Amino acid sequence: MKAFKQIDGLVCPLDRANVDTDAIIPKQFLKSIKRTGFGPYLFDEWRYADHGEPGMDCSHRPLRADFVLNLARYKGAQILLARDNFGCGSSREHAPWAIEDYGFQVIIAPSFADIFFSNCYKNGILPIVLPAVMIDRLFAECDANPGYRLSVDLESQKLTLPSGESFGFEVQSHRKHCLLNGLDEIGLTLQHADEIKAFETRHKATQSWLFAQGA
Amino acid sequence: MAGKTLYDKLWESHVVREESDGTCLLYIDRHLVHEVTSAQAFEGMRLAGRKAWRAASIVANPDHNTPTDHWEEGIKDPISRLQVETLDANIRDFGALVYFPFKHANQGIIHVIGPENGTTLPGTTVVCGDSHTSTHGAFGALAHGIGTSEVEHVLATQTLVAKRSQRMLVKVEGQLGKEVTAKDVALAIIGKIGTAGGNGYAIEFGGSAIRGLSIEGRMTLCNMTIEAGARAGLVAPDEKTVEYLKGRTYAPKGADWDKAVAYWATLTSDPDARFDAVVELDAARIEPQVTWGTSPEQVLPVGARVPNPAREADLQKRTGIERALQYMGLAADTPISEIRVDKVFIGSCTNSRIEDLRAAAIVVKGRKKAPGVKLVLVVPGSGIVKRQAEAEGLDKVFVDAGFEWREPGCSMCLAMNADRLEPGERCASTSNRNFEGRQGAGGRTHLVSPAMAAAAAIVGHFVDIRNPF
Repeated sequence: MKAFKQIDGLVCPLDRANVDTDAIIPKQFLKSIKRTGFGPYLFDEWRYADHGEPGMDCSHRPLRADFVLNLARYKGAQILLARDNFGCGSSREHAPWAIEDYGFQVIIAPSFADIFFSNCYKNGILPIVLPAVMIDRLFAECDANPGYRLSVDLESQKLTLPSGESFGFEVQSHRKHCLLNGLDEIGLTLQHADEIKAFETRHKATQSWLFAQGA
Repeated sequence: MAGKTLYDKLWESHVVREESDGTCLLYIDRHLVHEVTSAQAFEGMRLAGRKAWRAASIVANPDHNTPTDHWEEGIKDPISRLQVETLDANIRDFGALVYFPFKHANQGIIHVIGPENGTTLPGTTVVCGDSHTSTHGAFGALAHGIGTSEVEHVLATQTLVAKRSQRMLVKVEGQLGKEVTAKDVALAIIGKIGTAGGNGYAIEFGGSAIRGLSIEGRMTLCNMTIEAGARAGLVAPDEKTVEYLKGRTYAPKGADWDKAVAYWATLTSDPDARFDAVVELDAARIEPQVTWGTSPEQVLPVGARVPNPAREADLQKRTGIERALQYMGLAADTPISEIRVDKVFIGSCTNSRIEDLRAAAIVVKGRKKAPGVKLVLVVPGSGIVKRQAEAEGLDKVFVDAGFEWREPGCSMCLAMNADRLEPGERCASTSNRNFEGRQGAGGRTHLVSPAMAAAAAIVGHFVDIRNPF
């Protein structure tokens, strides 16, 4: 996995609550058996005026001019500012794959859906939860100031505004460690293979039927 | 010391190790696999030269992409076909306890076949790269959806890196009214706590109305837990659970059965267990529900009117209502019973089991589809459900009414196959998500119970099935 340490990035505001993973990447793109190439189809139905299909060259597709990702001032944004319950619905990891492939490295919202939140960390994306009042302020500042940027530092768990004001944010230490170092979680877990085997032996003794012949 | 919740018992019996920050390695008993979220995980395994830790934990079958008609013609869409064939190859290479390839007699929706063949058992941990894995919590199993990276992690290590959730008790006491089903209970709960209400929680459903539900009803309820934001839903196993599982293909046998039943009896929340949140609903007050918007929390009883954003004080919420009404093509204050539908879908991991089909058939028997309704799809959850329905003559009831009786699969719940809504079409659906575009780009979904969907197909608009129609 790609590591994430810090970023000073342009902010793109997506001002709606309950953005679901069907909206982030519609179902037809889930037919791919690859992990890459989803960025051009991120928010496909909101972003383009035509119907998208996998493999389409998006460079000539008609855009919905009013969708925030299509506004010139947000081109190249690396931080997505969002509302409550971002990433709800389907567990599809294609959603963070599309977000990462598009170029976002940080998502800031008052709350995230659980599965999406966890999927972000597996893909080098830092999801940051901030209080709703703070989110309101960021939306207002972002709207009022073209070129609005934020600086995010994972090591110190600090978000810095253009004014120089800094705010802390929470990250679970295990997740922080993996993200900072771009660690392969499977490799880490397999360092404990003996413990997994020992657990399995105990588990077999108490719930033998789960390991019975043919089951 | 306070007693333990069912969730804590399930969690603690699967912890392999725990880090100082509470991050655990959780042992996984059952790994359900389908074609859409597994290819990249198997590819990762191959690239790293890894083998499946315990192939005998895997229960797999394709369901999302498979067509529901003309099976003799195979899968026409080449991209869908490749994904299904990739699953075939991956199971061939890595192994599985159960694999039903496309067109196998027992193939179906993964969340229907697991319980059906007895691989889903109380006291187990069940994961799948699919958010509706919460369905299996109906058996008192700790079951939830995971991402593809986690699918690979479980394949390689038989564990998941996870932290304990908070516990919520949703208590529904009393007697459900006539024609009020588990689907209505689920929608009423989501309407009450919201789609983010369960974020960070595992929900245990309790109370006399929940104990009164059949196992299939409990599956419908737990299935929808994710729509309330909670990854896992739970119902404590009881004599109904034991009765349901007895004799199923992979359920324990002989002395193992007795041991298992004795163990399952311990899987309840202790009377003095503490929950982090408690939500209570009065069963008698729950009415048949219909969603009107683009989130499952935008739901009302069938007798209500579509909300008017002008009456919403909160700006965020008002904008949300306006946006939903615009997408849904609905005017504020329209009575829900006046909303006409173009298509009807009866199926999905929420409502495609035999009891769902029976409930729909009772409404339909001897009647015809309304002329204005273009298509009614009835899609059984599995080959076994399909054969059972046919043995009972339910297929004839549907076909005689002008409905289409299809082969099993996920179908128009998410429209990855050819079953979908066209832009602007409105659907009464027994599925689980009314998100924009979920059933097809521009499609408009209203979530309802099977009987409510069947009634809408007959009358052409929503009706309160508690009254004659």
